[in-house]
Amino acid sequence: MRAAVFAVALVPFARLVSGFLTDDLTANPIEFITRQTGYWALVLLVASLAVTPIRRLTGWNDIIKLRRLIGLLAFFYATLHLVTWIVLDKFFDLDIMIEDVVKRRFITIGMLTWVILVPLALTSTTNTIRRLGRKWQTLHRLAYVAGITGVIHFWWLVKADVFEPQMFAAVLAVLFGVRIWWTWRTRTPSPS
Amino acid sequence: MLITNAPDIRSSEITPQGLYLRRREFISGAAAVAAGLALTGPFTGQADAQTAGPGKLARLATIKKSGYGAGEKLNSYDDITSYNNFYEFGTDKDEPAVQSRAFTTKPWKVTVEGLVNKPGDYDLDEFIKPFALEERIYRMRCVEAWSMVIPWVGIPLADIVKRLDPTPAAKFIEFYTLKDPTRMPGQRRNVLPWPYVEGLRLDEAMHPLAILAVGLYGEVLPNQNGAPLRLVVPWKYGFKGIKSIVKIRFVDKQPRNTWQDMAPNEYGFYANVNPSVDHPRWSQKSERRLGEFRPRPTEMFNGYGDQVASLYTGLNLRSNY
Repeated sequence: MRAAVFAVALVPFARLVSGFLTDDLTANPIEFITRQTGYWALVLLVASLAVTPIRRLTGWNDIIKLRRLIGLLAFFYATLHLVTWIVLDKFFDLDIMIEDVVKRRFITIGMLTWVILVPLALTSTTNTIRRLGRKWQTLHRLAYVAGITGVIHFWWLVKADVFEPQMFAAVLAVLFGVRIWWTWRTRTPSPS
Repeated sequence: MLITNAPDIRSSEITPQGLYLRRREFISGAAAVAAGLALTGPFTGQADAQTAGPGKLARLATIKKSGYGAGEKLNSYDDITSYNNFYEFGTDKDEPAVQSRAFTTKPWKVTVEGLVNKPGDYDLDEFIKPFALEERIYRMRCVEAWSMVIPWVGIPLADIVKRLDPTPAAKFIEFYTLKDPTRMPGQRRNVLPWPYVEGLRLDEAMHPLAILAVGLYGEVLPNQNGAPLRLVVPWKYGFKGIKSIVKIRFVDKQPRNTWQDMAPNEYGFYANVNPSVDHPRWSQKSERRLGEFRPRPTEMFNGYGDQVASLYTGLNLRSNY
């Protein structure tokens, strides 16, 4: 199961690599790579947030075993996305990058999203999970924040057509709605 | 068909067609090698320096060569026709080429109205018949900080305006794109307020650099590039270049253009290329010329300052972005 998820999630990456080698990444390869890596980072991030709701709704308990892998793949694409920006887009021009991060809110929040993901990725070894215990749970709630800031990053960068960011936001809203509903239900005493 | 003026490139520089058609093979082979050595794969795909199209569409007869853009390396026909901002056919860059395949541009009517002595509904062929077609190789700088070099074929807008004969009260021209969601699938969603509208000051429209284009690479305009008639104003950001024009109106007040309506803090009426005025969400200091790896600095008025700067003496270009 894990191998299947891994293989499927690496398809976009493989397509970027093969497209790169055959000069088939549109007329603007850097923009294409940036968009693709960002898009898949967001898809996987949202997918990782969907694991628990799916588990509870379907009773498919083993799905939890996929969550770490999905989260790490999201981090992999987010890092590719950032590296594309630093290396291919800005070509290590520190002044321009700093100006972008400070002045442009969609870049600020995108950078923030990646920064949030770093400690989550670093604390995902079995050992750390065991060692941190409940603290790990609390720390990894930051994934919700990263999901929100990631979608805002996407939303703020588009010029006019917000359809895709809206779809992401809708999925996030459903996932959060489900969780809030469950929390509310368990807190309300049942009438009987 | 007849081409009276020889292209001013040496025949030795023209890539043989067979080789040209196989260029992707060559490029991908070269890219595979190059990629092994360095990160240059997709950036070897630079255009062949020729202005003959691939023969997909009808060739335009009698094109006058012009001195504009001499020495500039052209973007390939593929680049120019596969990477388009034309929201009437979808908001992704690769969508217009696909979504506009069934779009028909014959017959095409251009309505001329407003403060003008020769208003009317003109059939397109009749509308352009009196004028000589010219090739104009222009840089195109998109507001999104990428650029291309495109060999347009068109008519100086000034010639058209003179013939239409605006009244002395006319100070601006407004252009309208076709609005027809049955033919332009992108218009079925309200991404922008349709139809797309653009405008120029009359003196800008009379500037010799401004043209109405009907072709590129010596052939009629592909649908995704704004067939059959579009505006090209090379010192302004690309979004000023309104496509598939069906109406030209002469007015006395500065028109509201579509992107200004959408986001007035981001897009203005003038939209002159200006590296010192950032878009609120990105810098305009540099641009990526498609086909090149390193960004290049953006030039004031897209490098056409010598010709056009005098249009704007005394105008604050920071507030009139």
